[in-house]
Amino acid sequence: MKRIVAKEEYCMNCRLCEVHCLVSHSRSKDLIKAFRQERGEIVPRITVERLGAVSFAVQCRHCDEPACVEACMTGALSRDPVTGEVTHDPQRCVGCWMCVMVCPTGAIRRDKSGHVAAKCDLCLETGTPACVANCPNEALVIEEDND
Amino acid sequence: MTSTKYLIIGNSAAGVGCVEGIRQTDPQGEITLLAKETEHAYSRPLITYLLGGKVDEAGMAYRPADFYAQQRVKTLLGVEAAKVDPAAKTVTCADGQVIGYEKLLIANGGKPITPPNLPGSDAPGVFTFTTWQDARDIEAYIAANAVKEAVVIGGGLIGLKSVEALTARGLKVTVLELAPRILAVTLDQDASDLLAGALAKAGVTLMTNTTAQRIDLAGGKVSGVTLPDGSQVAAGLVVLAIGVLPDLSLVAGSAIATERGILADERLATNVADVYAAGDVAQALELISGERRSIPIWPNAYRQGFIAGVNMAGGEKIYEGGLAMNSVEICGLATISAGVTSPPEGQGYEVLTKLDPKTKNYRKLVLKDHHLVGYVLVGDVDRAGIITGLIKGRVEVKGLEEKLLAPDFGLISLPSVHRERVTAGLGVWS
Repeated sequence: MKRIVAKEEYCMNCRLCEVHCLVSHSRSKDLIKAFRQERGEIVPRITVERLGAVSFAVQCRHCDEPACVEACMTGALSRDPVTGEVTHDPQRCVGCWMCVMVCPTGAIRRDKSGHVAAKCDLCLETGTPACVANCPNEALVIEEDND
Repeated sequence: MTSTKYLIIGNSAAGVGCVEGIRQTDPQGEITLLAKETEHAYSRPLITYLLGGKVDEAGMAYRPADFYAQQRVKTLLGVEAAKVDPAAKTVTCADGQVIGYEKLLIANGGKPITPPNLPGSDAPGVFTFTTWQDARDIEAYIAANAVKEAVVIGGGLIGLKSVEALTARGLKVTVLELAPRILAVTLDQDASDLLAGALAKAGVTLMTNTTAQRIDLAGGKVSGVTLPDGSQVAAGLVVLAIGVLPDLSLVAGSAIATERGILADERLATNVADVYAAGDVAQALELISGERRSIPIWPNAYRQGFIAGVNMAGGEKIYEGGLAMNSVEICGLATISAGVTSPPEGQGYEVLTKLDPKTKNYRKLVLKDHHLVGYVLVGDVDRAGIITGLIKGRVEVKGLEEKLLAPDFGLISLPSVHRERVTAGLGVWS
């Protein structure tokens, strides 16, 4: 299973990962338009946390037994049995927030404009997670685990 | 008589979870699933969304249409199980067919409570609301009778979601709640008040400390309800949403042990060999009390079904215990609550609350012995799952209380062992 791993010793709290996540999931795919016009409508699926000098980014951990998938009452959330990715189909989501209630990392956000859950999809469209590609200090890396 | 390796009674969260649990362990063993309802596995909580026009019929599917074919499950839909005979290892159906099993899951769910002494409660225009068919029937009745006003009896989860649906269809709705406040079981007083405010804003009339004494009829159909004080509320439709009880009719008179529900152990097995129970019909371990309780919520049903399936197929999986929790958004106001939300006085509970009078955001945490045992969030419910995880994982939070109460709390404040486990994708228990 591929997972994005945060290296808190390298995170500078610049929050560019949040911005590039937003761009990657925007309509315009343009940083300026996404940040100035679409932000608020859409939410980043990654959150930078900071406490004193320490910071790191959190997004979906693609858990082995995802609590969100168990709790999802519509079937919008599912776990790909082959890749292990936890995927979300906004077409089948009604915004009941059961996933928000159970995600132990708080990684699922509410997209209030569409009234649907929003979570990390590993940028499946492009193949490279935007947060990893744009982290200026390699504080976000992709690691493969074999279990 | 036909026979099957695995027999599953029920086609909702627990039944589907069981199929997925069995198939993780035994890819080939013959599975037969039977259910009273005729529909493919659908999302029961969406019935109010369907009535309210927020999802269409296609959107009701809980799993893709080819799910059972893919999982190699033989389905008998529209077939009602009538009797379980654990000695003969058979299930007899209402249509007379008898099915033998090696392993059985009972996941037939709950049944709506109908008040025993309510005159008029069997009249046309009075409905319970727990099935897809109920949604169709209510919709057809509203259309055929041009219903403009409705009374919902019961201010619990089903009642309020019914209110939302009926309001979305343009009906004027009155809610009758016997308790002093709505969602009295899951929310605390402050959260109930905030939700009552949202209902009032949406034009809903809420009457607490009262219920219907009689359903009034005109021309053989519902025309309203009479309250204990003699006053009347006009309504062309009445929804009975008093509650749901485990449906024990299947096991009545059998050796399978029951209390409120079918008693299930940490493997979701009943006291009788090769018979398992999961979902709303089951009474299994509750996390905080350590007692067996019936907690009829979707996430517990799925997890119980899944774990039962693994164990039925020869695997070993232990149920960690369920937590009563709900995420309820009514008329645009989101609430999430879990565990103990209104603790009794003088039993060592610590309660922390924060209400923002401007935004109406409300947070309440309930602790005991420096461990979280419950919470309520209203409005800003984001990242609630972190708190749920702390309850489930029994993480000591001494010294973190004020941070947890802040709206921007996060993983960074949490004990590192818990934090490392959840960020590794291992969940709260491994």
